[in-house]
Amino acid sequence: MQKKARKGRMSLGSKVFDSVNYTLLALIGLITILPFIHVVGSSFATSAEIASTQFLLFPTKFTLDAYRFIFSTNTIFRALGVSVFITVAGTVWSMFFSILTAYGLSRKDLVGRRALNFLIVFTMLFNGGMIPTFLVVQQTGLLNTLWALIIPVTVNAFNMIILRSFFMNLPQGLEESAKIDGATDFGILFRIVIPVSLPSIATISLFYAVTYWNTYMHAILYLSDSNKWPVQVLLRQIVVLASGFSYDGTSYTDVPPPEVTVKMATIVVATVPVLLVYPFLQKYFAKGALLGSVKG
Amino acid sequence: MTSITVPKVKKTKAQVSELRQKRRAELWRRIKRNKMIYLMILPGIVYFLIFRYLPMYGLIISFQDYKPYLGITGSDWVGFAHFERLFTSPEFWTIFRNTLMLFGLQIFVYFPIPIIISLMLNEVRHTFFKRGIQTLIYVPHFMSWVVIVSISFVMLTLDGGIVNSLLEVLGLDKINFLMNADWFRPIYILQVIWREAGWGTIVFLAAITAVDPQLYEAAKIDGANRFKQMWHVTLPSIRSVIIVLLILKIGNVLELGFEHVYLLLNASNRNVGEIFDTYVYVAGLQQGQFSYSAAVGFFKGIVGLIMVVVANRLAKAFNEEGIY
Repeated sequence: MQKKARKGRMSLGSKVFDSVNYTLLALIGLITILPFIHVVGSSFATSAEIASTQFLLFPTKFTLDAYRFIFSTNTIFRALGVSVFITVAGTVWSMFFSILTAYGLSRKDLVGRRALNFLIVFTMLFNGGMIPTFLVVQQTGLLNTLWALIIPVTVNAFNMIILRSFFMNLPQGLEESAKIDGATDFGILFRIVIPVSLPSIATISLFYAVTYWNTYMHAILYLSDSNKWPVQVLLRQIVVLASGFSYDGTSYTDVPPPEVTVKMATIVVATVPVLLVYPFLQKYFAKGALLGSVKG
Repeated sequence: MTSITVPKVKKTKAQVSELRQKRRAELWRRIKRNKMIYLMILPGIVYFLIFRYLPMYGLIISFQDYKPYLGITGSDWVGFAHFERLFTSPEFWTIFRNTLMLFGLQIFVYFPIPIIISLMLNEVRHTFFKRGIQTLIYVPHFMSWVVIVSISFVMLTLDGGIVNSLLEVLGLDKINFLMNADWFRPIYILQVIWREAGWGTIVFLAAITAVDPQLYEAAKIDGANRFKQMWHVTLPSIRSVIIVLLILKIGNVLELGFEHVYLLLNASNRNVGEIFDTYVYVAGLQQGQFSYSAAVGFFKGIVGLIMVVVANRLAKAFNEEGIY
């Protein structure tokens, strides 16, 4: 509408405005993305080029040495395995609990609905904090198991509320007609509500999946065994503490690639899964984020 | 004013109790009809009780001298001793100042940026270009803090980091960004901007689509150029969204991102970077002072709660919809 209204002959001022605006936006976009290109580019560079070139976005000679090196260790496979496990298992687990809770609380005829809602919303305003939560995780025997990265964050109140408002916006007649046909509440949920809400369910699943893939804090809080570290913790070890891959005990027989390219390659490996789902994420996420930011 | 008094029909005791019984029966019937729904909610509620409310109960250790082998029931009570220690320790003011500084950066430096970018995006008339920019600037939001901090690290490091190489090419002195306390706050807020500014535009862009196009027509007839239209029409139209989000941000005063700050901390910047969360982590889990660090966390949580409530009141005072 507004676009149409402004069409027609453009004044000089308008043209200047446009060119400044487009240039600035292009710059913002470029600055946002350049660090990623730098990292990807460097991860494929040869040691000679790393040593000689001052500025590096695209290497002139590609090499996979850094990747061959990190994939010659068990460490990366173990860390990726852990991350894949907590992402897949965690997302399924969280969605199971979130859908059941969100659907139940979306039913307007439920006695005590407001109180139960408040019980959940209050946890967004106040929490016991790190130490008491740690003690609960310890008491429940989850410490140093991969489930410590999943069970303590089973339902994200925010995600549950988004899901609940999706369910609440479904047409009422849908459930009522099913009820008349004698469907049970579980039948209605699994045969009617879930199938018509698949886009929203996909959105929230992706929210959970990205959160689980990016898990770092809980891993360093609850896991002391380095064999159970997810890829984010490994990345931290390699980039900042410059440890992680033990140079001995690998099947890599050539001269090890420069440390820089190994770091870059590890960043890429930890990021690629998110970038692969990003095109799907983007479509659904804006919608979910919008709902999430208005409802509280 | 005259009022007509309706003679009250006195109900007998028997009638009242009968009415109550009926109501109770009706309530019970409604609960029973939804018993499957309660069964659905049960697992979720149990989760919240165990992992969200049990820790709140666990906060009572901040009034105890908690010993893991004695447990909550067996540990000695010490009253407010841990809180006194917190408020009298010199570290308190350092942490308080650091927290306030990062909060100030969030409000005054970060907060306006998504608004400005969404105003700019709104002026773009080529959908393809707009979509393209949006796709690019949303990307960092999905990266973990570890990835964001790692990328910054490899770019800023003294030996071979691209930024220092660039400074060298320009004939300037190298800067040890990562080990220099003066650079902690700029790096912190630049990373926040890099990761969140693009994603932050979504809510403002959505608000802008609701602006009445007639307003632009009127402004144009009054001779307003594009910049003036943006400043005098678009910006005031999304005022209420800006206020709500600002209040939300103020309400989250103490949520500065534990993970983010923790990843940035090192021995040389701790005196400017330590905030309440990182202090709790060090004192509690690294040094084992469970009760003291729980007290610090408790204090932080209470301040946060007060801020949220006050911020919400403010939103309502501004005639805006609150957040809860």
